[in-house]
Amino acid sequence: MMEAATPEQPHDLLERYAAVAGREVIHHLEQLAAPLKGARVVHVNSTREGGGVAEILQKLIPLKRALGIDAVWEVVDGASAFYECTKGFHNALQGLSTSIPEDLLREYEATNARNAERLRKSLETADFVIIHDPQPAALLSHFPDRRRPWVWRCHIDASHPYRPVWKYLRKWIIPYSASIFSLPEFAQPLPHPQYIIAPSIDPLSEKNCDLPAAELRQVHERFGLDPDLPMIIQVSRYDRFKDPLGVIRAYQLAAKLTPLQLVLAGGEASDDPEGMAVLEEVRRAVKGDPRVHVLLLPADAHRTINALQRTADIVVQKSIREGFGLTVAEGMWKGKPVIGGDTGGIRLQIYNHYTGFLVRTPEGAALRVRYLLHRRELREEMGQRARRLVHENFLITRHLREYLALLLGLETNTLGRMQVGA
Amino acid sequence: MVVAESQVENSAPFEVRDCALITLSTGLKAQNLKEFLMVLQKIPEESIEHHFWGRFLQPQFDEPEYNNDFASWASRGLYDKPLAERLSMVLPTDFEDIECLRQELIDVVEERLDETELVPWAKADQQFYFLRSQTIIFDSGLRFADPAEIVSFLPSLSTGSIYFHFIDARNRTPQRCDDFSAWLDGFGDQYQVLRNRLLGVDPYFSSLKELRRIVSELFQLYFQEEA
Repeated sequence: MMEAATPEQPHDLLERYAAVAGREVIHHLEQLAAPLKGARVVHVNSTREGGGVAEILQKLIPLKRALGIDAVWEVVDGASAFYECTKGFHNALQGLSTSIPEDLLREYEATNARNAERLRKSLETADFVIIHDPQPAALLSHFPDRRRPWVWRCHIDASHPYRPVWKYLRKWIIPYSASIFSLPEFAQPLPHPQYIIAPSIDPLSEKNCDLPAAELRQVHERFGLDPDLPMIIQVSRYDRFKDPLGVIRAYQLAAKLTPLQLVLAGGEASDDPEGMAVLEEVRRAVKGDPRVHVLLLPADAHRTINALQRTADIVVQKSIREGFGLTVAEGMWKGKPVIGGDTGGIRLQIYNHYTGFLVRTPEGAALRVRYLLHRRELREEMGQRARRLVHENFLITRHLREYLALLLGLETNTLGRMQVGA
Repeated sequence: MVVAESQVENSAPFEVRDCALITLSTGLKAQNLKEFLMVLQKIPEESIEHHFWGRFLQPQFDEPEYNNDFASWASRGLYDKPLAERLSMVLPTDFEDIECLRQELIDVVEERLDETELVPWAKADQQFYFLRSQTIIFDSGLRFADPAEIVSFLPSLSTGSIYFHFIDARNRTPQRCDDFSAWLDGFGDQYQVLRNRLLGVDPYFSSLKELRRIVSELFQLYFQEEA
């Protein structure tokens, strides 16, 4: 168990968020948190480093604690067969027809049973349990006498799940008190309330805070980038659903007419066994082009990614399936127009022709890259709109407000209006 | 003692609230107009409210072409402009309650189905998802006893406050009007001119920021004229 350490006094932390998000936003959080003060809220996922879920929890837990909520973060662990199985779940929920062998399903169940015993005390004393994604979903079945709400949070684009796998997972999900999906399209027929809560970015994190100009210049030297050449970047783990090969193809098409360089920056997540195979495919597709920089960064290279995104002229996230796409909001927060795949949560963030472009093919991405590289003023205008959209809708403070409202709704057993602070 | 109406003092101060919505899925969706009609007949009332009003708190970059989600889907999902135009002229405040509003929507859709030979369909990724929302109301801490005091605060009111007092109020107040007008009514005839101007604001085609500007200007102008 990890009690997330708050690096500074709660008041100071809230003040820092107030400086970015606004005082009234913090005032709302305080009003919502007041009736929940002291409540023990346990989040459970499957990795502490790497991927969007871990990133969100790293920031959400200290903020909740600063508001007087006893937030705790637990992580389930398992052998490689467990992660192979849960990667299969992930792919299947995103629509890939993939059958999962029985022995892997048994490993999934055994791993959840083992983790349930390891975490029993923590979960039994919780006022609320929030389970993230399918990996720990079966934990609930080991707590038949639970009296407090358990919530399942799905971060995945589950709009068209592979039915046999969803049927298997659904039996674990049904008994939850509520579930959370990022978009209405992802929600599934379930016999409990389904909240729609989009993920968020933390404006104060190493990944998103302002950086001095010198630090931006350093990344050019460090990675051999040409400061005089326009740069496009996709930051993503090496995953087929992120379509890194499509991004390389888009770069190759655009580069025929417009000189530019491409950075693909990815890391490994400890719960993704396919990453290295995809990375090899990517390296082969680059064919030694010196203007394509394929970077494998450690999971904690947040500041480096921040600098790379800020150095780029255009941010790309050409996923073919995407739960949300935190890198879209990250790029937009840095005032960059984003060219994204017309799918899942990316649609929620990119307002076509206003904050960037939605595309369906490498050709579409290449067209928009060329268009934006030739229109500097438009790029800046779009970037400013993009930053404003994130400020108003996709910061962690909005995310937390919705989590707190959900918890309060469960606590008071209401789906209707709630008045706080009066 | 008889107090002249123009001197009436409203004993209740104006309490400024703020609000936010949290969205829930109803689990219901439609890909064609017949499915839409079937779902419309059974969705909770809160879902109808959400699709008329909830959009105000969603990001907007241009003026909305239609003023409720149903009409927007008819246009963008079904490519049925006549239906979109008719649905956009269904005004919730014209109806006594949500059930009457639902019946009007059903009538409009049924009429359209009678007119068309083929049932309009949307692409698979353009389905209509019926949502509902939970409103969370916050206390801003601001209180105003005198309408003149509110003028300087209006330009900086949050969009959530504008939503609560200018949009949401239409479902709460007995007169089905905004909270500012309802409050001014408590002063008798004294602020009737300002009240009438506020009642004349059509909120359906503005963003909340635009509404805030309009309301601020109306208050400002009125008190300048009175000075």
